[in-house]
Amino acid sequence: MNSMHEPGRILVVDDNKVNRLLLTHGLEQQGHLVETAENGRQALEKLRAGNFDLILLDIEMPELNGYQTLEACMRDPSLRDMPVIMTSSLDELDSVIKCVEMGAEDYLVKPLNPTLLRARITASLEKKRLRDQQRKLFRTFANDQVADQLLREGFSLGGKYVDASVMFADIRSFTSLSEAREPQEIIELLNNYFALMFDAITGHGGIVNQIEGDGLMAVFGTPIQRADHCEQSVRAALEMLELLKGFNQEQAALNKPQIKIGIGIAAGRMISGYTGTQHHATFTCVGDTVNLASRIEDHTKIAARPILIDRNTREKLDARIEVEALGPVLFKGKSIPVEVFAVKPV
Amino acid sequence: MTSVIDRNAFEDLKQMAGADFIDELIDTFLEDAPQLMIQLQAALASNDAESFRRAAHSLKSNAASFGANHLSGLAKELETLGRENKLTEVGGRLRALEEAYQTAARELKGMA
Repeated sequence: MNSMHEPGRILVVDDNKVNRLLLTHGLEQQGHLVETAENGRQALEKLRAGNFDLILLDIEMPELNGYQTLEACMRDPSLRDMPVIMTSSLDELDSVIKCVEMGAEDYLVKPLNPTLLRARITASLEKKRLRDQQRKLFRTFANDQVADQLLREGFSLGGKYVDASVMFADIRSFTSLSEAREPQEIIELLNNYFALMFDAITGHGGIVNQIEGDGLMAVFGTPIQRADHCEQSVRAALEMLELLKGFNQEQAALNKPQIKIGIGIAAGRMISGYTGTQHHATFTCVGDTVNLASRIEDHTKIAARPILIDRNTREKLDARIEVEALGPVLFKGKSIPVEVFAVKPV
Repeated sequence: MTSVIDRNAFEDLKQMAGADFIDELIDTFLEDAPQLMIQLQAALASNDAESFRRAAHSLKSNAASFGANHLSGLAKELETLGRENKLTEVGGRLRALEEAYQTAARELKGMA
């Protein structure tokens, strides 16, 4: 009876030897790797030492019962995302409900039904896999600090007002560039380019939360608040240009295309939060400040300057960063002109 | 001889454990259950309701897994008495449990 699903590493926690043997053997037959613990204390030791995908947790146990074990798992950031399936007899359903409210993923009633067992395990492992993927994806977008905060506090959809800086960066004349080259070369170019930009942004505490075509959006000062987000966003922009200079020199030496970019930054109040569903969420920021940053970035074409910023950003900058006032600009969709400043590349 | 083992429950168990493993599982149950009954007697003698309840709980759970429903039901009654700290009301129930176990064990041995 082999499972078609991917195997998982499962910890079976039960004080009852018959149950342990039954579950171990049954799950191994389905292709999973199984370890056992006889009580909650032992379970926590194994969980903290090993890398499990799923816990099957009995409620009634000596030393540390299932309820207390679940509580300990939920308090531990390294364990709280691990799916827990409670196993109990029918007359313990009250406790099971309490466990599900506390964060248990699901439950199974003993005596176990083989079909239900298989279905619940497969579903839970699948959910775990999705969560891991999401986390991996998030790690590639955010810096470790942000990722750790999220892992600690959990993903919750919904937003709040924050004071932050937003950056948009685009490759100029990318279209003509892409028409003249092999598709493979273009993708390689883009990947190398993004890798450099990510380094500069995350190195200054920002997170890249969107990539679209050859453009990216990054935020500074959220989800982790920091007072110097304006300064950091501009320093990131300057470093992006620096890195790009080196990149272009290499490209030129290899007779490969070089790229120019435009960066726009605006700072102020915006709504930050996660949009999407529990299984597919993106961190994003919305509001006038975000729209302004996008317009300012667009304006780099007309102004022929690589980095443009708004007044809010300009006011928070260190005097060592050279800035030139370009005067007010009336952007599409805005009723009043906005002052724009150019940051001089180092 | 009338059966005391619920065949549907037993088939579920067999499917889960695998046909080649069911014998070992029966053996484990037949080794564990007498231990649990000794624990029940000891707990009753020392008026330890918590230990009594735990042993009854395990026996109830295991008996149900093998489809020994009558045995499981008797164990459940004992579990309740333990939980409610009413060990004085156990009376002849331990004896009945012992008999139900012997009957179920005989049948399970024959199924191995």
